Amino acid sequence: MTTAQNTRATAPAGTPTKVTQGSQGTKGGIGESTLRPDGILKVTGEFAYSSDMWHEDMLWGQILRSPVAHAEIVSIDTSEALAQAGVYAVLTHDDLPTEVRNYGLEIQDTPVLAHRVVRHHGEPVAVVAADHPETARRAAAKIRVEYRELPVVTDEASALAPDAPVLHPGRDDRPQGPPAGSGPGETPIAGHVPHPNVVHRQPILRGDVGAARARADVIVEGEYTFGMQDQAFLGPESGLAVPAEDGGVDLYVATQWLHSDLRQIAPVLGLPEEKVRMTLSGVGGAFGGREDLSMQIHACLLALRTGKPVKIVYNRFESFFGHVHRHPAKLYYEHGATRDGKLTHMKCRIVLDGGAYASASPSVVGNAASLSAGPYVVDAVDIEAVGLYTNNPPCGAMRGFGAVQACFAYEAQMDKLAAKLDMDPVEFRRLNAMEQGTIMPTGQRVDSPAPVAELLRRVKARPLPPERQWESTEGADVRALPGGLSNTTHGEGVVRGVGYAVGIKNVGFSEGFDDYSTARVRMEVVNGEAVATVHTAMAEVGQGGVTVHAQIARTELGVTQVTIHPADTRVGSAGSTSASRQTYVTGGAVKNSCELVREKVLELGRRRFGTHHPAWAHAELLLEGGKVVTDGGEVLADLVDVLEDETVEVEAEWRHRPTEPFDPRTGQGNGHVQYSFAAHRAVVEVDTELGLVKVVELACAQDVGKALNPLSVIGQIQGGTTQGLGMAVMEEIVVDPRTAKVKNPSFTDYLIPTILDTPTIPVDVLELADEHAPYGLRGVGEAPTLSSTPAVLAAIRNATGLALNRTPVRPEHLTGTA
Amino acid sequence: MDFLRPASWEEALAAKAEHPTAVPIAGGTDVMVEINFDHRRPEYLLDLNRVELLGEWEVGEEDVRLGASVPYTRIMEHLRAELPGLALASHTVASPQIRNRGGVGGNLGTASPAGDAHPALLAAGAEVEVESVRGTRFIPIDAFFTGVKRNALQPDELIKTIHVKKADGPQQYSKVGTRNAMVIAVCAFGIALHPETRTVRTGIGSAAPTPVRAREAEEFLNAALEEGGFWDSGRIITPSIAKQFADLASAACNPIDDVRGTARYRRHAVGIMARRTLGWTWEQYRGGARTLEGAA
Repeated sequence: MTTAQNTRATAPAGTPTKVTQGSQGTKGGIGESTLRPDGILKVTGEFAYSSDMWHEDMLWGQILRSPVAHAEIVSIDTSEALAQAGVYAVLTHDDLPTEVRNYGLEIQDTPVLAHRVVRHHGEPVAVVAADHPETARRAAAKIRVEYRELPVVTDEASALAPDAPVLHPGRDDRPQGPPAGSGPGETPIAGHVPHPNVVHRQPILRGDVGAARARADVIVEGEYTFGMQDQAFLGPESGLAVPAEDGGVDLYVATQWLHSDLRQIAPVLGLPEEKVRMTLSGVGGAFGGREDLSMQIHACLLALRTGKPVKIVYNRFESFFGHVHRHPAKLYYEHGATRDGKLTHMKCRIVLDGGAYASASPSVVGNAASLSAGPYVVDAVDIEAVGLYTNNPPCGAMRGFGAVQACFAYEAQMDKLAAKLDMDPVEFRRLNAMEQGTIMPTGQRVDSPAPVAELLRRVKARPLPPERQWESTEGADVRALPGGLSNTTHGEGVVRGVGYAVGIKNVGFSEGFDDYSTARVRMEVVNGEAVATVHTAMAEVGQGGVTVHAQIARTELGVTQVTIHPADTRVGSAGSTSASRQTYVTGGAVKNSCELVREKVLELGRRRFGTHHPAWAHAELLLEGGKVVTDGGEVLADLVDVLEDETVEVEAEWRHRPTEPFDPRTGQGNGHVQYSFAAHRAVVEVDTELGLVKVVELACAQDVGKALNPLSVIGQIQGGTTQGLGMAVMEEIVVDPRTAKVKNPSFTDYLIPTILDTPTIPVDVLELADEHAPYGLRGVGEAPTLSSTPAVLAAIRNATGLALNRTPVRPEHLTGTA
Repeated sequence: MDFLRPASWEEALAAKAEHPTAVPIAGGTDVMVEINFDHRRPEYLLDLNRVELLGEWEVGEEDVRLGASVPYTRIMEHLRAELPGLALASHTVASPQIRNRGGVGGNLGTASPAGDAHPALLAAGAEVEVESVRGTRFIPIDAFFTGVKRNALQPDELIKTIHVKKADGPQQYSKVGTRNAMVIAVCAFGIALHPETRTVRTGIGSAAPTPVRAREAEEFLNAALEEGGFWDSGRIITPSIAKQFADLASAACNPIDDVRGTARYRRHAVGIMARRTLGWTWEQYRGGARTLEGAA
């Protein structure tokens, strides 16, 4: 039974319900490249995404958004919109049902609908429900909003100027729900910031920087700029809210964390959480962009107001305003080293632009600060990271989460130092590479493998791709050249460059956050076969959790057939599908619940068959191939006979090792649970006259601890690598510095790599177990996004000899025509 | 919005005469974007997809008569020898799906400075045959573009056929975008050698309010080639001539700064493309290994 059937929705939750693989033994268990159950459906276009849902008698919701970045709302007149035939409701801030009118991941500062003021271009001001999407769109256009424009805050200087408008006056950021920044009862974030337009500040101080600096033979400084990247997921924000007879609402939505949504939605609706029943629908990518709410509350409000199901689907244009982006950043670095190539000290200041609302900014600041030294041994540091409130688009979570910006800068610094010392850039990095046992700037000891030097060695040892691959007897193959099909060069001006980078990313939620997952596992006999069902609230956003959960259940329970129940809020939280954490934490929860089920099954077996064989009493017993076996392989009983008509079910929470908050003044603390590492070598060909770039190869080496599904692991690494490539050479949301308005909210002008832009990506996977993690695994999804961008930049610098202190690099930067 | 679906060319002309504000739509690759983005809400859409003659082409003695709706894919597949510049330009249009739908008539109707076909048409030499119930006109491509996204059509006229001069020499086309495929032009350059008349023609895209020819560059080059006897000798063009040609092509630009690129970059890039494409076409003319079809 699926929830969707209860509500007559024709396109049910996108999560497939059955995963069957293999027929005997524990085939299809961990370590195998089992295929995604949704893979073929997605490739053939048959997969039901959240935007495909339909419900009898449903209405369409439309959001009216602010056309300006900062303004006082003088008046809103909805009468003309309400008078339109087919319009069922028009809601503004004044129509909100309770006193809880803000939401937010870490700080509840985001109005559900703008109240008296709009703080960014595209902020929701009103919502409309109508019987046709076009009617809703036209009605929204007839809402008359009078704005009185206010000066915009767009960067650190304008945010901290003496006369700067304070964007969130009267802040008291004591977190309401499960915080990600600091624990409940700790000092509010606002208590540590130097200015109310600073969302969060995290210093980290360690060692005697003055003395270390005095020992340095060379010192390099750099100022770096990181542009605003978008997640650019392909499935726009969408969902369907269905009012229920009990006064509650059923919400089907594409999201990254059902229970986090629920915690923010229910109080605004004035409903207890159990009356807001959420089911995950088909998610078309996320990359962090679905951690914050988008249309969830709006759809529920309209459904409860009209008594009808309400669907909201953003179009591509609206999607660029409908989710947070990656923080653009300014980074100031100083490094010193001795003549023999050892780092002496590092000073840095990282300024992240969080835009109009906090979103995940506090945690992004914590990550940027704590990972700002990179995967290197450096004993003396003076680090400061700040996140700003501005009138730019809100920024929050995106794959790499603060570590990406830092990696771009510290890797540029490593190349500068190597050049100044006349050393090979890889050798210089290897000399300073951290390893197991290294102490982080936060004082935390790295207590599992950290094969940074080995990863670098591997990408460097790989043979280089052949030169001038575009040459053929037919003439130049432009597809292999910078400019590609645009036919801009047949080899003229083309110079090859090679660059290296390595990065460090934390896995899981940090800084004392209670980062747990819940899994419900059931075992029973169906049609004469022992089968298992795994029910979690994990959001499958493409990462492959549906595959991995089934693999874990097969390995632990010795069954062939595993049903993955649709993700919903009828089971406890699975945490967020982010921070490279789902295989570790929800996978860990599934493993744990399977083990508890196994114990119960063995208990049943002992009761039924304990007297038949002495091994039941003491030996280590396993479930394999549908049977209970001893660790020596002797079969004790068939699971069908053990279970008979019993159903064994366990729901349990599982936690990774606790972490600690960072000290607000010194940044000291065991803040992270696990680190992951990837290295890249980029080979590029640059048309130095036109400033066009062809990335020829992006080789990656990454330690994954244990590859539960090797095919998925390769896919994650190649995807992350490509997203980093996009950031290096094309992806940027351009915001007008005078108006804070977005200039390119479409795929016409926000470019992401095509397959022709995507190079060969050879991947070298290491499996060095982390003894603290389930199966020894290490989170995979984010690390490759870090080092990809700086490796490409290093290669372009190598080809052109230019300094290139910003990313993405554009043709005008390479040709002196900016 | 009313949707008009004429079954024949005559019906289409009659509909356009009756509803001069009607927006013609064929492949829809420009018009649907405008509608989806809510940039325009035309009172009438005039669907030309049932008018078969618009999808046909004919290769004559002197020129190719290209129906307004012939998709770019067809041009790439069937007209590479006759219209090499336009075939190369077609190759740079968006994605295969879009190239299966879009055609040169729509490009001309939109008359965007960034239209991919325009520089190739300017370089090859073309006439646009437009018609209304009042009669037929032939508009030289040089006079077709009248302003930013404006053309010489009267409200009751429809684009019927594009008459493009068959290549009598090598042609090339280059376009700069910040991605290696599926990208709108930051700027573009087309060049055609016309050995029969011993002239060179050019076209520049996305670097001025309208697509333009680099006339001074053409005049300089025509004179230099003539004076130096290059057409007869087939000698390599001297670097100083190529540089002067490139500089004049650059100077023919009147670009703006926008989200796709800076004005300075556009001027710079047009100069580079002019020099390179002149080199490629001249190399072909000199009897190099390459065919007229170009390299892409």
